[in-house]
Amino acid sequence: MTASLHRIGAMVRRYWYLLRSSWPRILDLVYWPTVQMLMWGFLQTYVAQNAGFFARAGSVFIGSVLLWDILFRGQLGFSISFLEEMYARNLGNIMISPLRPVEFVASLMIMSLVRLSIGMVPVTLLAIGFFGFNLWALGFALAAFFVNLILTSWSIGIFVSGLLLRNGMGAESLAWTIMFLFLPLTCVYYPVSVLPHWLQYVAWALPPTYVFEGMRALLIEHVFRADLMLEALALNAILFAAASIAFLLLLRSAREHGSLLQMGE
Amino acid sequence: MPSPSPAAIAVDRVVKRYKTATAVDGISFELPRGSITGLLGGNGAGKTTTIAMIMGLVAPTSGTVSVLGARMPDERYDVLRRMNFESPYVDLPMRLSVRQNLSVFAQLYAVEDIAHRIAEIADDLELTDFLDRATGKLSAGQKTRVSLAKALLNRPDVLLLDEPTASLDPDTADWVRGRLENFRKSCGATVLLASHNMAEVERLCERVIIMKRGRIEDDDTPERLLARYGRDTLEDVFLDVARGRGHAAEAAS
Repeated sequence: MTASLHRIGAMVRRYWYLLRSSWPRILDLVYWPTVQMLMWGFLQTYVAQNAGFFARAGSVFIGSVLLWDILFRGQLGFSISFLEEMYARNLGNIMISPLRPVEFVASLMIMSLVRLSIGMVPVTLLAIGFFGFNLWALGFALAAFFVNLILTSWSIGIFVSGLLLRNGMGAESLAWTIMFLFLPLTCVYYPVSVLPHWLQYVAWALPPTYVFEGMRALLIEHVFRADLMLEALALNAILFAAASIAFLLLLRSAREHGSLLQMGE
Repeated sequence: MPSPSPAAIAVDRVVKRYKTATAVDGISFELPRGSITGLLGGNGAGKTTTIAMIMGLVAPTSGTVSVLGARMPDERYDVLRRMNFESPYVDLPMRLSVRQNLSVFAQLYAVEDIAHRIAEIADDLELTDFLDRATGKLSAGQKTRVSLAKALLNRPDVLLLDEPTASLDPDTADWVRGRLENFRKSCGATVLLASHNMAEVERLCERVIIMKRGRIEDDDTPERLLARYGRDTLEDVFLDVARGRGHAAEAAS
């Protein structure tokens, strides 16, 4: 089985045509990350003026919100491109075309990066302007954070797409909300030590936890924890493989249950 | 002596059961290459499930479905490039222009010289004037022509049509039928057409398979069906089968 770059390219073009034809879709990519960044940024400014620790903690809140948005928007970018096929009632045409699942998933991953870039690059520049926080200055550490977060977001996106194929639009709300389960568990805004002991095991089973701990180590203690990034990468490899297998099993189940014929609610 | 080429579509003792219902109940038929066959049946007769199994969208519970020698759905990627499908119940992305939609699908089907092929098919299906218009802004008849263009882009060896003229006015429907006839004559494709329009089936099809409750009730040429049931139109034959009268009832008794 070989993947075709032509077919992946065809799907990327399809989503790009849609995106550029609709300014509300583009606005939506930038709007919410901007609101989040401003809200947390101003809150951090207020807290930093009134608490010694947070004054030392630098830009942890803004860093957290920007990295959280990479995780959240990465998954959403993946899932929304998939949902666009269901909204357009075009999935039947796609599923009987020679496009293979691996190519479909690859095109959705590329579109997730495109959507993320459109949404996040302006917001990171605004963060410099408003709060003097330069995410790009994290350099190699940012690359390590990004790779780990985007891999997790794709894994969740792949799994949700499988659920949508199997269960139709009844699973749509999961595409919008599933990542919020990660918000408390991956300790985006607080250290893992805050959690009850037993819940810490759950947190350390999730790759983004290592990224947010790594970010705090970098911004508060000025130490880059390569060990955390490598552990996150290993967990991501397992998560990505599990999500891919689940997607293929759900697709097979959809063929057996006739779900691909009924893509409504 | 070379072995005879396999049928374009071979359906052998196929059963499809869902949790609480049997949608297709042990049907068998073969469609020779280059043939055009109508698949008739009332709502819930099993036509759509049958077509979906031929396309590899649904896996049979038992029995086998082969298309151009490839077993579906396991070997579907060996043949999907040589197949295509059109149905008014599946849309193309509405915000994309006709040209964008056709170019995306041409690329998916590895069509050579995409620009030339789109110009050619647009000319044939009279789409040239609105190639750069958003697909969602076209009339129902124009959208059907665009869907047909997508279905014919790769000059498929096997073309599956699910009620291709549903919701079209008689003039446009007649025009679409004419184009389908031209395509089959020029490309020698195998066509399976599911329809509720008996006049359409009578005009286009050289063979008719009538399904009822997941089973094949009759399978013959339109002429022989008319003679056997002593009817003047396929619509009357269809009603006889649907209501358990005539030949089917006699055969059953």
